Amino acid sequence: MIISILIIPLLGGIILLLSSKRPRWHFTVNFLVSSASLIAAVIVLTQTVSGRILTLQIGNWPAPFGITLVADLLSSVMVLLTAIIGWAVAIYANKYVNAHQAGEGFFALMQLMLFGIYGAFLTGDMFNLYVWFEVLLIASFSLMTLGSTSRQTEGAFKYVLLNLVASAFFLVGIGLLYGVAGTLNMADLARKAAMMENTIVLQTVALIFMVSFGIKAAVFPLYFWLPASYHTAPIPVAAIFAGLLTKVGVYALIRVFSLIFIHDTNFTHTILLIVAGLTMLSGVIGAAAQNDFRRILSFHIISQIGYMIMGLALFTPLAVAGAVFYIIHHIIVKSNLFLIAGIVERIHGSFDVSRLGDVYKKWPLLALLFFIPAFSLAGIPPLSGFWAKLTVIKAGLDIRQFAIVFVALGVGLLTIFSMTKIWAQVFWKEQPITKEHRNTGNNPVWMELIPVAFLALLTIIIGLLAGPVFEISNRAAEQLLNHKPYIEAVLGGGR
Amino acid sequence: MRSLILNTALRFIAPIMFLFSFFLLVRGHNNPGGGFIAGLVAAAAITLYTLSSGVSYGRRLLQIDARLLTGSGLLLALISGIPAITSGQSFMTGLWLEKTIIVIGKLGTPILFDAGVFMVVLGITSNIIFELMEHN
Amino acid sequence: MQLFLPLIIGILFSAGFYLLLRRNLLKVILGIALVAHAANLLIFTMGGLKTTRPPIIAESKKMIEGLVTDPLPQALILTAIVIGFGVQVFALILARRLYQQTGISDINAVKNSDVNTEQVEKDGSL
Repeated sequence: MIISILIIPLLGGIILLLSSKRPRWHFTVNFLVSSASLIAAVIVLTQTVSGRILTLQIGNWPAPFGITLVADLLSSVMVLLTAIIGWAVAIYANKYVNAHQAGEGFFALMQLMLFGIYGAFLTGDMFNLYVWFEVLLIASFSLMTLGSTSRQTEGAFKYVLLNLVASAFFLVGIGLLYGVAGTLNMADLARKAAMMENTIVLQTVALIFMVSFGIKAAVFPLYFWLPASYHTAPIPVAAIFAGLLTKVGVYALIRVFSLIFIHDTNFTHTILLIVAGLTMLSGVIGAAAQNDFRRILSFHIISQIGYMIMGLALFTPLAVAGAVFYIIHHIIVKSNLFLIAGIVERIHGSFDVSRLGDVYKKWPLLALLFFIPAFSLAGIPPLSGFWAKLTVIKAGLDIRQFAIVFVALGVGLLTIFSMTKIWAQVFWKEQPITKEHRNTGNNPVWMELIPVAFLALLTIIIGLLAGPVFEISNRAAEQLLNHKPYIEAVLGGGR
Repeated sequence: MRSLILNTALRFIAPIMFLFSFFLLVRGHNNPGGGFIAGLVAAAAITLYTLSSGVSYGRRLLQIDARLLTGSGLLLALISGIPAITSGQSFMTGLWLEKTIIVIGKLGTPILFDAGVFMVVLGITSNIIFELMEHN
Repeated sequence: MQLFLPLIIGILFSAGFYLLLRRNLLKVILGIALVAHAANLLIFTMGGLKTTRPPIIAESKKMIEGLVTDPLPQALILTAIVIGFGVQVFALILARRLYQQTGISDINAVKNSDVNTEQVEKDGSL
């Protein structure tokens, strides 16, 4: 069953690649492929939600020698979220991707990028994680440069360079890890790392991985590529990037620092905690200085990632569950905000908040749809963001880490300020009339409102049904902290 | 860049390169060689032709669109994993025929996979070369 | 070899990072290539340096006999080289396109995407 999650997008990508002469069909094909992925993801989640761990040894080579795919609860939740965003964007893209771009391979690259993301979430092997990272990066590089305006090339260049540096660090870490442990299978690594006596080298390796994944997850002081590049990409692409790509880095951090590098949490997780605080602060302060709709949102990605890292760094069951909950909430909300920014731009022809206005008066439905994710992001009850923040902060209070709780609360306030700024500037105030700037005369269409409404509905559902969602996060966190079932599921059959 | 020496030499070198790449491809599953390196050797031949006679000649030599070649290669590699599923084994398990053939050795699904890799590498590498040469 | 390889890796890393910190776009990409090579050599070295036979099963045998080198690091390096080849070529093409579009070859001048939209439009550099 796991394999279908990988085969569907790959097959879809290949079909789209081969039919580049018939771009008119691409939208339909892409939608069907995304729907199939969504169904497969739901099926996998129903199988793992009880705590079962699915494994697959590709090519029948037993772990730890072969390529292993593992779907535990965290992986399946991440896969489902990816499928949801992929599905929503597949509908949304109809209005934004013209036949020419589709012919150049927009949808094919999109499916191949999703293929890479699924793979990264499902793999049970460090080197394979590297390969999946590269698959999704190469696809994302190409997606980013598809429009080839000079601003896009610039943004893509920064993105590419920094990610290549991160990949090099990742490789170095893999090399050292193999030298120390003699294996790269995550379950095997967890087993061997727990028995290791001399952990100095392991700590060095942990720090190298922290830098590498830190760049990809955009944590303080490694996040500068993100606000410089995300806002240059086409909106459907930016929405997927914003929702998913940094979260792949966060996922890798959570996986590695809850499974392998846990021998000296005083050292590693304290660093993570400090990083988390600074990430939250710098992100939200950066957002306050911006005027571009997308750049404000980009900086907020950074500050929100701080909360997830904080959950990981506190490293209690409740905190890790909070981090998982936060990821669930954040992926849906952030992608949605980017999609809305795209709609506003299509109507008013600008991303600059000082030039926008009057959206509330003209399109009250759109304003309502923005209101839900924006104030969920800011943490207003009873929306999903409130419960996510509450869990993480409660976990911090429980183990008396008051400094980080103080920072988290302060950043929450500043987030409200920032969202209110967008609300007031874009939706509430009267639009300033200038000569050089004129509305495009476009109206929002159902094709783009449906995915936005769908994601907003999910935000509300997560908020109202916070109990069950929290229960899932809790179980995922338990699986992360209790390695025995994971190790047995991966290595058990072979010995 | 047109060079008489390269042009003349290529007439002898290129067929050998293509043959050698085929040789590498079919022996790859048991001996040093394989789809990747075979693809690179074939792409090297295409590259040399493109250097000596221009992009349009290189494209004609490749016969089919480079991107199409990449796509079909991917498809072939993916298909090579399917027989294992239908016979009840894990995805991408290698299945082999009993008989052996001279030069090639045993036949099985891994050779399909290798052929797919060959096409992907050839397609991507020549596409890069065409892309770089065209806009100069 | 035990001494030689670490030395080479060290030189490659330092040269690579030195180039990464230069301002010329091309040099930065070359720096990345060097760092990637150094990482590959590092994996190779970490696999253990032994003078043994290659891990290939002899024609008439069913299994590997005697001591052979660990094939895994080599498989890893091969994969990493292939991936590195792809992304480095991509970066190179991207750098060339950037140069063609904007005439920039100095990495410090690549800052159009760092400022707000409005400022760029005012400067007229968009």
